[in-house]
Amino acid sequence: MASTIWKGVIRLGEEAVPVKLRSAVTDRTIRFRLLDQPDGAPVEQRMVNPGTGKTVPYENVRRGVETENGEIVVLDDPELDTLSPPESRDIEIIRVVPSAAIDHRWYVRPYWLAPDGDPEAYFALARALEAEDREGVARWTMRKKEYQGALHPRDGYLMLVTLRHASEVVSAAELEGPTGRELDPRERAMAIQLIEALSGEFEHEAYEDEYRNRVAELIEAKASGKRIRLEPKREKRRQESLASALEKSLAAARKERSVA
Amino acid sequence: MPERDEDQVEEQSGARPFWSGTITFGLVSVPVELLPANRPRRVSLRMLAPDGTPLRREYWSPRAKESVESGETVHAYEIEDGRFVEVTDEELEELAPRKTREIDLRLFVDRDELDPVFFERAYFLAPSKGATKPYRLLAAAMESSNQAGIATFVMREREYLVAIIAENGLLRAETMRFADEIRSPEDAGLPARSKVEKKAVRRFAAALEDLFADELDPDELEDRRSRAIEELVRAKLAAGKDVVAPPAGRESTGESGGVAGDRAVIDLMEELRRRMKSGGAPAGRNAPDPGRQARVPADLESRSKQELYDLAKRLDIEGRSRMTKGDLLRAIRRSA
Repeated sequence: MASTIWKGVIRLGEEAVPVKLRSAVTDRTIRFRLLDQPDGAPVEQRMVNPGTGKTVPYENVRRGVETENGEIVVLDDPELDTLSPPESRDIEIIRVVPSAAIDHRWYVRPYWLAPDGDPEAYFALARALEAEDREGVARWTMRKKEYQGALHPRDGYLMLVTLRHASEVVSAAELEGPTGRELDPRERAMAIQLIEALSGEFEHEAYEDEYRNRVAELIEAKASGKRIRLEPKREKRRQESLASALEKSLAAARKERSVA
Repeated sequence: MPERDEDQVEEQSGARPFWSGTITFGLVSVPVELLPANRPRRVSLRMLAPDGTPLRREYWSPRAKESVESGETVHAYEIEDGRFVEVTDEELEELAPRKTREIDLRLFVDRDELDPVFFERAYFLAPSKGATKPYRLLAAAMESSNQAGIATFVMREREYLVAIIAENGLLRAETMRFADEIRSPEDAGLPARSKVEKKAVRRFAAALEDLFADELDPDELEDRRSRAIEELVRAKLAAGKDVVAPPAGRESTGESGGVAGDRAVIDLMEELRRRMKSGGAPAGRNAPDPGRQARVPADLESRSKQELYDLAKRLDIEGRSRMTKGDLLRAIRRSA
């Protein structure tokens, strides 16, 4: 269940904190295999040369980059290897920033870190980050790939979130919403009231992936030789003027509240 | 309210909206289009035959020892090793959530209640034609009350839990992981928290302090590998070494990788700008000036000094070699 993905050592100046990486999320999407229909055998994927129609075995596959003009520049493995970072177990902390400095738009995937061996240094680092209200910017190489991440304290433990590269993130400051004539203060006030009327606590557990559940049921039913059916439903909604829609919505939301 | 299908959205290069639908907020509807909020990686490698021809992925039946067309396959779930339950496309279609184009905001929550660990993927929402006013109203009201809208919606036959967040007058959708997809420290098998000596905490605090910075420096999070590959590719192109011409009749696929560089960057930003300015008029009609505008990427702040210098060179900015990063930024902005 709690399997360790990789072992590394956090390097913070002179300090070393050995850790084990464990995923902090699980993808529960139901994944299917593809079977060849006539005989029910799982299919494999192969790389085929579209020119000759022949399969190219993986050991003969070369890598390359396609330019904007459609030319291919071939890069051979030894060349690519020279670009790869040297193998290392180090998770180097390169910077320490205030905890709000790394916007979640940089986030890719969160991992829990577990202490590997003596927990003293691990918890001391977590405590120190917590006390300073800061997080670390980390860099490491895992299975020949370079990663960057945010190291932050969470519930007294350390979490490492992998981060995107700068070129992949659009910063909020670059963008602006649509502009136009000043909004009607009355409509604006009503919209805020409507939001307030609809505001509540976020109960994460109350939401379930119903599609996933239905697919799981289908698989179970089929495995035991049964069959299930579901009827789709439809609702309709009409559009009217912005102000009157807001007024009506507000009245409806308030009524619902007073009953509840 | 006109409803548009994904396949009816015009084909465009770059940031093509792949979902259009309606945010409903009480009885108010805001037709919107979804655009990905992140750009692809700068460089992606392709797999090639020994002669440099890009390879195609194919399904292969190991028993029949021949390739399998996609129509000849069936989805199956492996319930245990080697034992499969077959599920037909018709059965899956029946289970798919009803095709709806609505993001119904029935609940608003304090933005700070949403843990970023919930977020999986981000999209920008652009108002569709004629929807600018309700869009602006919703964004302004959400922003001033620091509330995020919560809804479920259906995209590509899957149901997503989503948070709608307003920032700078712009609405963003963050798809969220479901609660059972997030592991607690106990789930991850972390040991009980143990006491630490104050002395050890102080030692670590001092080590942290040596690396303090007030903000994130995007230059430190550059895609170093892509950059190194780009350099190697440029050198090889210049030397004419290991360059394979595209086979006649085969067009560049563009999306399948390659050196995207600034092109992808401009596409997403321009697309969004255009939609914001024109209130969602279909893209292409008021395309940006292909000259200047296309050459100045919008994410100048996140560029390194070297990149800004290169850009300044392309824009013929005088005195660029003596400029600081800030000077370069200002000069590029002025020239755009």
